[in-house]
Order: sequence, then C-alpha cells, then structure tokens
Amino acid sequence: MTDAPELRRRTAELLAAHPPATTDRLDFLRARFDAGLAWVHYPEGLGGLGAPRSLQAVVDAELEAANAPDNDPRRIGIGLGMAAPTILAYGTEEQKRQYLRPLWTGEEVWCQLFSEPGAGSDLAALGTRAVREGEGDWVVNGQKVWTSSAHLARWAILIARTDPDVPKHRGITYFICDMTDPGVDVRPLRQVTGEAEFNEVFLTDVRIPDARRLGEVGDGWKVAQTTLNNERVAIGGMRLPREGGMIGPVSKTWRERPELRTHDFHQRLLKLWVEAETARLTAERLRQQLVAGQPGPEGAGMKLAFARLNQEISGLEVELRGEEGLLYDDWTMRRPELVDFVGRDAGYRYLRSKGNSIEGGTTEVLLNIVAERVLGLPAEPRTDKDVAWKDLAR
Amino acid sequence: MSTTSAQPDLLYSEEEEALRAAVRDLLTDHCDAPGVIARTESDAPHDREAWKALADGMGLAGLLIPEAHGGQGATHREVAVVLEELGRAVAPVPYLTSAVVATEALLSFPQSRLRSTGGTPMAADLLAELATGRRIGALAVALNIAPGAAYKVVRHEDGALHGELTGIADAAVADVLLVPADDGGLYAVDASAATLTPQVSLDLTRPLATVTLDRAPGRLLGDAEPAVRRALRAGAGLLASEQLGVAEWALTETVRYLKERKQFNRPVGGFQALKHRLAQLWLEVVNLRAAARNAADALAKDDDTAVAVAVAQAYAAPVAIHAAEEALQLHGGIGMTWEHPVHLYLKRAKADSIAYGTAGAHRAALAELVDLQAP
Repeated sequence: MTDAPELRRRTAELLAAHPPATTDRLDFLRARFDAGLAWVHYPEGLGGLGAPRSLQAVVDAELEAANAPDNDPRRIGIGLGMAAPTILAYGTEEQKRQYLRPLWTGEEVWCQLFSEPGAGSDLAALGTRAVREGEGDWVVNGQKVWTSSAHLARWAILIARTDPDVPKHRGITYFICDMTDPGVDVRPLRQVTGEAEFNEVFLTDVRIPDARRLGEVGDGWKVAQTTLNNERVAIGGMRLPREGGMIGPVSKTWRERPELRTHDFHQRLLKLWVEAETARLTAERLRQQLVAGQPGPEGAGMKLAFARLNQEISGLEVELRGEEGLLYDDWTMRRPELVDFVGRDAGYRYLRSKGNSIEGGTTEVLLNIVAERVLGLPAEPRTDKDVAWKDLAR
Repeated sequence: MSTTSAQPDLLYSEEEEALRAAVRDLLTDHCDAPGVIARTESDAPHDREAWKALADGMGLAGLLIPEAHGGQGATHREVAVVLEELGRAVAPVPYLTSAVVATEALLSFPQSRLRSTGGTPMAADLLAELATGRRIGALAVALNIAPGAAYKVVRHEDGALHGELTGIADAAVADVLLVPADDGGLYAVDASAATLTPQVSLDLTRPLATVTLDRAPGRLLGDAEPAVRRALRAGAGLLASEQLGVAEWALTETVRYLKERKQFNRPVGGFQALKHRLAQLWLEVVNLRAAARNAADALAKDDDTAVAVAVAQAYAAPVAIHAAEEALQLHGGIGMTWEHPVHLYLKRAKADSIAYGTAGAHRAALAELVDLQAP
C-alpha cells in the first residue's frame, strides 16, 4: 500500500543515497525515476509506483525542501504532458522502457508532428503520407507546422495517413519519429512577435521502422485523442495566487504610474480584474474537484477564459502605456525554448497572446466542444463522414 | 494588494448537496412556475406556504443563527445553497431579506446590554423569533443600497419614530422592521405600528413597499451603522448565489428548449451561432459559481470578506442578466409571453443587479480594497 508516509520514506531514502548537493543533476533524476518517484501514478519500473496521482505533491514537496534538482517540466512539457501518457496507454513494453526514462529526465526532448498547413482545426484531414514497404519500414512524406521545440527535439509523435481509401478518421496511423533521421528538415517559422518559437517540419522519404508505430495500423486517430485530451488538461491546470496571471503586470503598472490613469482605463481595468479573479477561482475550484476525485467539465472552458483574458488584459496595457505603447522591446528573430510572458513588454504579451485562442484548439472549436459535450447540443452536420479521404475536396 | 490567507473551499460538501436536494424537492412541490405567475397577480404575492415549509418545516430561517439563540448554527455556505435553489425557482419568499439581511443585522448585537422585559437582550429575543420563521424581519433600508453607501434614516423624536422609507423589500410580509434613525440607533418596530404601502415593483417576486412611521414606538437594539454594513455585506455576498440559481435555470431551460425546438428541419440548438452563445453563457455561469462559492466561504470564515463579496457582486449581475436575456431571446416568441416563466427570471435578474449595490458600485469598492485607485 503506497500512502503518503511510505512515499516520504522512499523520498528520504532517495535523498540519502543521492545527496542533491553532491550528485550530478542527471544522475539524480535517473535515480529518482528508478525509485518510482518520477510520476508516482505510473506503473512500477516506469518511473512510478502505481500510487494515486494526488500523492505526487507529497514527493514534490519533500524534494523541493531538500533543494533537489527538477526535470525542468516546462521545457519538456510536450513529452511529459502528451507523448508520455500516449506511450503509456498504447506503447509496447519495449517502447515504454526505451522512451519513458530519458523523456522524463529531459535528456530527450519531444515534439508533436500533428498540425499541417491544410489540417489544423480539422486535424483528421491531414495529408502527410506513410507508405509501408512490404513488411518493413514506413516511408513518410509531407509537411507539418506549428511544431514547438522541433529544433531541440530528439523524438516526435507523428500522425500520418496510411490509407487514403477510407474516410479521413480511419486511415491514420500514429508513429514515433526520430528527428535526427535524414529527410527531417526543421525550419524556423517566424511569428507576429518577431521570434521563431515554432517550426515548420518537412518530411521527405523519412524511414520509420514498424517497431516505432504506436497502436494499430489505422488506429492513429484514437491514439491521438489520448494525446489531445492530455494537452487540454495540461493547459488548464495551473494554480495561481490572486493577480498571479497577466492581470499582475498591468495592476502593477497602474499602481506605479498614476500619470497614466484615466477614468476609461480605470473602468476597463477593474472589469478585467474581476474577470481574472473569477477565472482564477474557477481554476482553483476545478483543481479542488480533481483532488476530491470529482473532475468537472470546467476544464473545457478554462482555456477559453484565459485566452480571452490574456488578450484583453495585455491589449489594455499597451494602450495604457501611451507613448511607450507605441514602442516594442525587441524584434530580433530569437528562438526561445520557452514562452516568456511576464519577462517581456506589454507589446510582446499582446502579440503572443493572440496565439492563445488558436493553439491547442481554436476558441471556435472549443466552443463547439463545450456546446456538444457539456451541454449536449446537437453536433454539426458532417458531410465528410462517409467519404474516402482521397475523394474529399481539397 | 490584499492576498488570501488560506485557500477557500469552493466545493459543496455532501451535507450541502443533501440540503440542496431537500430544498429543491420542496420547491418542486410548493413553488412551480405557473403558481408563481398566478400569485404575482393576486393580492398576496408572497408564498406563505412555501415560506412555512422552508422556515418552520425545515428550520432554514435559523441557519445563520447560533444554536444558543434558537437557530441551526450553520454557516453562509449552507445559506448560499438554499439561495441557489430559491433563485432557480424564483421563489417569492422573504428568505434573503429576513433569514439573511435582517438576521445579520441582529447578529451584530446579541450580547447587547439593551434588554427586553424578559431580561434577555432585545436582539437575542428577536433572533429567536426569526429563527423559527414564524416571525419575519425586514431591514428598513432600500434594496438598492450598497454595503458601503449612505442610507436613509427616520427621525427619532420624543421617544418615537417619524418618517418615510421607500424601496423596502419584502416589508409587506414583515412582522418586525429594523429601522435606522437619525440618532444613530437601529430600532425594532412592530409592523403593526407602521403603515406599509406596496409599490409597483419590477420584480414581482420580491415586492417593495413604502414604510411610513408616524409616532411609531421602536425598541432600541444598538448602533445602526455596523449592523447595517454587516447586513448589507452578507446580503450582497449571498445574493450572488441567488443570481447563480437564476442564471443556471435560464441556461438549463434554454438548452433543453433548443434541443427540442425545430426550425429549418433541424433542432435549433444544432446551429453553431446559437451553440457558441450557449457555450459562452455556460462559461460565465461556471465562473459565477466559483465567485459565489468564494463569497459564501469568505463570509463563513470571516476571511477576505470584503474583496470576495465585491468580486462576486461585480461579476454576478451581468451574468444573471445575460443568462435571462439570452433565455428570452432564444425562446423566440414564447419567451416574450406572460405565460412562460422566463420573464420572472429576467425581472429578478434585473432587480438583483441593483440590489445591494450595482456591479459598478462593487467595482468602485474593489478599487479601494485592492489598491487600484481611480485617477
């Protein structure tokens, strides 16, 4: 029985055997994984102990108090949040053993080759082709887009069309793609902010062994649902103090710069302050529901709320700053590993937050999901449901 | 900037869910929409049967009153659940006005040295009466007054009270009025000693009245100012739960109707333009639930109360109105009729948006509380 005292005991044991002060960071992380304290809800041997997920907090608190190194979860978020749960659910034993440890320690960064220029919200329309050579390798050709971390990644989760003769959701297969293979060409995609946080990835005759297929041939859409559901959970789950989000910087500006204040800005600021606080409370309520084991549908809405708030609040701050709002901090094409919202100017935050209502599911698509799955309203009519992918108008 | 000292508990306990189920059952039996509509046109707009069942039968009038004073010794969290259900039924009972606002005013001074003839503090006697629900109290402050705003007082002269107060919610059914006077005192006045004149009210389910005092005898309870502030703050904070109930009814009924109603050979709820509006409304209701729960929890713990109440009230009114307005619009022609109950909810939502301070008044209060000063 793995309970909190047992986890504390095991954590103390790990710390005694590998004192953080004198242990190499990576060695410590590997030892932590092997002790089952990486993600305690994962199975034994795969970084976990099969314990309740909520008990991870016990381990994290002990390790933080001991000043132990962490695995930089933000930098490896795609691997942790999306690739790992999918590999756990659909991978073979061999795949799980090969990929999960270096994924968790951050030795190997992952990216996600899903979206395409012609398949964003309608992801199942994707056209990247994977053709099998007899009983051997798959040969992949196509183009992916909006790929964060592709320039840093060792591995990618990839969905490709393996059967164009069946309707679009059915002919897709899920693969693990080696980003160092010949034929994988990563090109920076410069954005409205000036920086290149994302990439385009061109795949030309990339060979993927069948052993790197995840799930059955033609089952890729089902497998991708696991990835996508975990993506939305990851986006909504942060715990914030009051003024902890983007309302913080603009409130600070307001307090420190009385010369900028006008009645119009005051009304707008107070309205957004209230909305930010209620959204924060909703996120906290969702978190409490999850801890109590009664997950609510609120998660579906949190991303919608924060996207709009981030955009309106940062937009207000640009205007509030007046002459300064006419300036921008830096248009250099940088390649950040992480999105840095609070470290840069209001203008950057305004432009970057425009992506919040597009990435991870557009606001329009998420509103449909809320309407259909939460409120139970009828689904959109589907004209493409029974048509072979190759016969769809494009 | 103020910060919360501890995380609020934003969930409902099992006991609270059981309480909700009991109240909902009772209201389903006692308080259906056609009955409420018919009653609004009668001489007795309040539902005394429902009140008796809630207050006397279930003991809900005394939730906020300590057991030592004859109440249930529960907290604002349970009261909030009751108010959600009352809002959902747009029930014409004086629960918010008597069991919350008048009660909170009296709770300022149960230990007061001012004694009744029986020797117990005057306020304690009244609390025990309100706890049973057999007597109804009303704070004689106009319904639109925000917790921090100025309120009208009557003249205290020659040991009696003189003056006229308007906009007093549920005064028509009150047995005792709590009246602030120009000497700074709050007085208990028997309703029989006052002249109560019904006003034609926008919200037919929470009617207002004028209170006229002409040499009316009053018993001094204590200082009016802290009692009125406390009462209005609790009223404002818990009103958010009533508004949540109103908004939830509007959303649920509209979704139900749009799944059934067909036009252009499709259920109307399948059109994306309407789906997005309803999804948007759902988001607002979800946020309102968190804000209302936070206010109830803050009042119960007496922690972070001022900010929590101001946030809840600044957020609640626009959401409740939006929900009711969307419900009316999306019901089409039937939504515009007297026989469909949506108008009751629209009128309640609009009146609630003024009750205990407008959203703007609460935003202005917040500006002070969280140090976002006006220019």
